[in-house]
Amino acid sequence: MTKYKDNQSLIPLTKFSKFDPIFKSIIIGAAAYTLVMLALILFAVGEGSKEIFQDEGLNFLTSTDWNAVPGRESFGALPYIIGTLVSSGIAMAIGVPISLGIAIFLSEIAGSKLKTSLSFIIELLAAVPSIIYGFWALFVFRFWIMDFVEKPLHNFFGGSLPFFAKTPFGIDVFTAGIVLAIMIIPIISSITRELLLVVPNSQREAAYSLGATRWEAIKIAVLPYAKSGILGASIIGLGRAIGETMLVTLIIGNATGLNAIPTSLFSQSQTLSSLIANEFNEAASELHLSALIGLGAVLLLLTMLINVIARLLVYKMVKTSNPGGRI
Amino acid sequence: MPSKTKENNNYTKNRKNVQEMMSKTSNRKIYVNNLVTILCICCIIIAIIPLGSILFEVFKNGSSAISFEFLTQKPGSIGSGKGGIGPAIQGTLIVVSAASLIAVPVGVFAGIYLSEYAKSNNKFAFAVRFFADVLTGLPSIIVGIVSYVIIVISIGSFSVIAGAFSLSLIMIPLVTRITEESLKMVPDPIREAAHSLGVPKWKITIFIVLKTATSGVLTGIVLSIARIAGETAPLIMTILGTSLYFSSFTGPVDALPLRIWRLASLPYESAHASGWGAAMILILLILGLSVGLRVLARKQNIATSKDT
Repeated sequence: MTKYKDNQSLIPLTKFSKFDPIFKSIIIGAAAYTLVMLALILFAVGEGSKEIFQDEGLNFLTSTDWNAVPGRESFGALPYIIGTLVSSGIAMAIGVPISLGIAIFLSEIAGSKLKTSLSFIIELLAAVPSIIYGFWALFVFRFWIMDFVEKPLHNFFGGSLPFFAKTPFGIDVFTAGIVLAIMIIPIISSITRELLLVVPNSQREAAYSLGATRWEAIKIAVLPYAKSGILGASIIGLGRAIGETMLVTLIIGNATGLNAIPTSLFSQSQTLSSLIANEFNEAASELHLSALIGLGAVLLLLTMLINVIARLLVYKMVKTSNPGGRI
Repeated sequence: MPSKTKENNNYTKNRKNVQEMMSKTSNRKIYVNNLVTILCICCIIIAIIPLGSILFEVFKNGSSAISFEFLTQKPGSIGSGKGGIGPAIQGTLIVVSAASLIAVPVGVFAGIYLSEYAKSNNKFAFAVRFFADVLTGLPSIIVGIVSYVIIVISIGSFSVIAGAFSLSLIMIPLVTRITEESLKMVPDPIREAAHSLGVPKWKITIFIVLKTATSGVLTGIVLSIARIAGETAPLIMTILGTSLYFSSFTGPVDALPLRIWRLASLPYESAHASGWGAAMILILLILGLSVGLRVLARKQNIATSKDT
């Protein structure tokens, strides 16, 4: 009996402890704090951007000027919305197929030893902070892109296709898109991998029993089953790409006003978040600051919408738990 | 649940696909299969190249910058190439610990609620879980704006408190979800056994369930610390960055990611060299946390598998 002595100290005389309701209210409070945070975020962004929306109204979303000189202030978010969409679009076009390939390899093809070490490497990639991606891209990667991708493309197609018309310089929306892709690949591929592991084996077995090769089994039995989850994972990656700040600030060229609308893949541009990061500490006036927070409001709405859709899609696939929650 | 007819349609469509596929010559099937395998391997290689290059460049360029002075001294005048990143290291440690002090209790308690107390059809719990997930996808710069509007403006200066608050907003949803997932892994019979002994629920939750799941919860906490240690954007509008050491919780401090950003924006070679040094320290800190954790976890796994 002495063995259980320690446990006995846990046992009270009655089953109900006075502390139970107190504990319950503490943890409900902690859970409610998540909703409070959401309310705080919406309130603060709304409050901060009130001035610019009163001053410019919906023009703020459609005009292209960006002038912070006191007395001639005029702010428009359109170029940065376009810049954000173009750079994340490039990131998705490159990142999603590669992530899908990685996820398929990790869950369907690789043996168990290779699987653990490769998953570990992918997780390391996810752990590298975006400022370091940006620093590396600015001093190393942009020269690779400029010499091996952009210059050949420019030389071959520069005359005929407007996409490649501008003389490449390494710091542009194309490089930003590629580095964003590198950043979101570990995110999308690790969520997708976990979703593929959820696909029941009976799906695969059924395909194999019909004589399918491994790729055919993946194509007809695994991918269709995980379709909505994979879409959700990609959209989570899109949300990351849209909101990413530091990496983009360093390599997108930081143009403002009309110049920030990319006319070719090799033009300098600006995203919503990179403009906020660049000008926040040097805001010339209250209105300028409010305009920057207004950009934040646009970004908030965009990413909230994207994340709500993405999470619903992933939930649909994994009803009880959500592998994406760990990222 | 899809409707019956849709299911039927899918079924016939799939059957057609399968029939077509099976009727093709088998050589081609194998060829395509191998091609896809090779493509997938290429994807892996493409993903690994940047990681290799980042680690290589950071350690190659960073190690030459690092010295005792570099780690302990204040930054010298701009462009001189003298001085170090002492305040940045100190600031990162202070802000990240302060953020963890806020986020760990709140996140763990919220996770306990979701896993142990909320019933499966509870709407409040669903909302908490759902918005915690949505918040993890929120751009970090938004979080910076929020603490600027709420804290920096009301205190009247850039401060450690604002920085810690902003990082805690990023960390709480992560810790909440990871705690929930780890607690759910604890098998029910453990709880039932404790209940049958008449132990009150809060004691079961903390001393039995949470204790069983300690390693999972700790892993989650360490990974989210690694995540916030590298955040830069929210720090721009909360702690501002300075070249001085920490003075008070209501004053600005420096942080490693912020210092790297400022150094990268300067047009001097010497600043870039210091930037590589700072990047190396940051990456050592973050990868040290996550790699060290994994090595520990693996050791523990081996130990427990030997036991059983």
